[in-house]
Amino acid sequence: MPVYLDHAATSPIRASVLALYVATLSEIGNPASVHSFGQHSRQILEQAREEIAKAINCDRNEVIFTSGGTESDNLAIKGIYWDVNSKDPSKNVIISAAAEHHAVLDAINWLVDSQSAELYLIPSDDQGVLDIVAFDSYLEQNAARVALISVMWANNEIGVIHPISEITTLAKSYQIPVHSDAIAALGHIPVDFAESGLAAMTITGHKLGGPVGSGALILRRDQKLTPVNHGGGQERNLRSGTPDASSAAALALTITEAVSEQGELAARHKIMTERLIAGVKQIADDVVVSAENVPRLPNNAHFRFPGCLGDSLLFLLDSDGVSISTGSACTAGVNGPSHVVLSLGASNDEAMGTLRITLGHSTKDQDIEAFLKALPKAYEGAKKAGLTRR
Amino acid sequence: MKVLAAMSGGVDSAVAAARAVEAGHEVVGVHLALSRMTGTLRTGSRGCCTVEDSMDAQRAANKIGIPFYVWDFSERFKQEVVDDFISEYQAGRTPNPCMRCNERIKFAALLEKALALGFDALCTGHYASIETDSKGNLQLHRSLAMAKDQSYVLGVLNKQQLQHSLFPLGKAANKDDIRAEAKARELSVAQKPDSYDICFIPEGDTRDWLSDKIERTEGAIVDLEGNQLATHDGAFGFTVGQRKGLNIGKPASDGKPRYVLSIRPKDNVVVVGPDEALLISELSGSKYSWCGEAPSNTTDWFEAEVQVRAHGLSHPCRVKVAENQMVISLTEPIRGVSPGQTAVVYLGSRVLGQATIDKTVSAVMEQV
Repeated sequence: MPVYLDHAATSPIRASVLALYVATLSEIGNPASVHSFGQHSRQILEQAREEIAKAINCDRNEVIFTSGGTESDNLAIKGIYWDVNSKDPSKNVIISAAAEHHAVLDAINWLVDSQSAELYLIPSDDQGVLDIVAFDSYLEQNAARVALISVMWANNEIGVIHPISEITTLAKSYQIPVHSDAIAALGHIPVDFAESGLAAMTITGHKLGGPVGSGALILRRDQKLTPVNHGGGQERNLRSGTPDASSAAALALTITEAVSEQGELAARHKIMTERLIAGVKQIADDVVVSAENVPRLPNNAHFRFPGCLGDSLLFLLDSDGVSISTGSACTAGVNGPSHVVLSLGASNDEAMGTLRITLGHSTKDQDIEAFLKALPKAYEGAKKAGLTRR
Repeated sequence: MKVLAAMSGGVDSAVAAARAVEAGHEVVGVHLALSRMTGTLRTGSRGCCTVEDSMDAQRAANKIGIPFYVWDFSERFKQEVVDDFISEYQAGRTPNPCMRCNERIKFAALLEKALALGFDALCTGHYASIETDSKGNLQLHRSLAMAKDQSYVLGVLNKQQLQHSLFPLGKAANKDDIRAEAKARELSVAQKPDSYDICFIPEGDTRDWLSDKIERTEGAIVDLEGNQLATHDGAFGFTVGQRKGLNIGKPASDGKPRYVLSIRPKDNVVVVGPDEALLISELSGSKYSWCGEAPSNTTDWFEAEVQVRAHGLSHPCRVKVAENQMVISLTEPIRGVSPGQTAVVYLGSRVLGQATIDKTVSAVMEQV
């Protein structure tokens, strides 16, 4: 049986979710239609909204359905920046961090390149931990110019968890809105929107066993936002387009299940990743475990193998039926050095020798054992193939 | 055999991979990412190196039913091919980057990696064939499809590289057959245009591409006697044999057109002269290699033919090795050969070896 250990890329759909998804796909009705079919569809959509609100502790009206993480990040960052900056053009700074997902970084960089925004990156150390003191002193000096802060709840590649409450507490005194991409965190550590102090939060379904294309932006009631898409005015006029009731229902069930299982799953994953890290260290004694001694996700283990290329390891493990990743899955399929690993101060060569293993709802102990069984041969081969340089 | 098929996204490498599968090999497809700054769509005359090409290769691999990966060789490609290309031009030579890519990337870095990862051979869509002689030695031969023959750019392969190479298109009669086969196999690249020019210079204008990479310094254009005729805005990028773009203004005393005879980067001088001064009677180079078994006695002259550019003619010659140089003496002089080009030596259809040309001897005068 092939082994799948890349749940941070996408996770197998849950049987319960698939059944509900397929069933709702055959329902007729546009949730905006007035007739009974439309009302039925609306009912599915609103039921989903309520379930999500309950699972992550927010107001039902704070759930804006989107097509997924990238759309939610773009909507939050561009939308909040446009709103704040249009009211006060002196506010043009966006605070973020170097290891953010490209959906965040590239959206910000687009604002920098095309709309005169400025980016301040919170410094971080070699474990990926943000320097909150530096962030605090930057705010002291520059808060009046800051439009928005965007910091992910936990990193999708190396698993480090960021202190979201500390960040929102500091930002609150200057009334700066904070957005967080919580995709990697949700379902693996407790995520409570109301408690977090966030103005906006990105979530998606397919990393937790929901369908690809189902996501949401959780937007605090009092947070204004200029929409990216214009049209029929759906989703509080913030995200026009016919709402996808089936996706919403599937997302709601996914999140409800993931959140209710979270404590038990995290305990299981923690044991598995500990076993994994110990096993890998036995096979490769020079391996570096990223963010090893800092608060991190229980389902993530990230390694740097000196003298190896991640793509050689990936190829050999994949040939042996074990699917892992070298980092974030990217569009071109080209594994350049990871910007996340480079942000830890790693060299180009170190950043090319990475493996990311991420566990999910369907991961079993034997998957970990299968990986550890396949690794010695792959490691030996990858070491022999070496780096692409002579 | 376990075969790694290098797939550029073009029709040739796709059909080659399909034929390798049909021959019973266990095949894995790989696309080399040679630049990290890839465009999303093909532009100009390039036939590789964009995301579109990578996706074309992946689609072909899916159709053929083989696993597919993209491997990043961009850093190595930059060092070994692009930087070499720039420094060769800087030194007043005319490099062949496709040759360098075969020598240092495809049949070196990639092949080494393939062997280390457990493969037995590398399969490409080159039009050239590998034959075995009566003693069991491998030989590289021209393709039957002479118009597409690519044995020239494979002239750098040594014995060990030949042992691990697979060219399933070697016996193809012509490109049309390969396109027809691709269509029959329902490969979407069947009608994809051929690539030409240099893959990392999409617009095809080498001089323009070099202009922000090599410092331009104004210098003299002189005749064979050393008289200054005009100035140029940078000696790099001129090619031996070039006639256009010299902007000399006044005609030569005999009224004949003038051509670039040599480039002297050290004093930033371009030497021009009459057509006949371009005629070369001898070539030599210290960087040479034998393709497969070396001829039995290379210290004495032996009869052969030489080809000095990818789709050029071959010319009768005599070859020997003297003082660690491959020396090629042409039976009839040939025109316009520049240091940096590769001379590939043939015996009939067989590739014997190659040398990067360091020195040329003029047929009509002292060396220019």
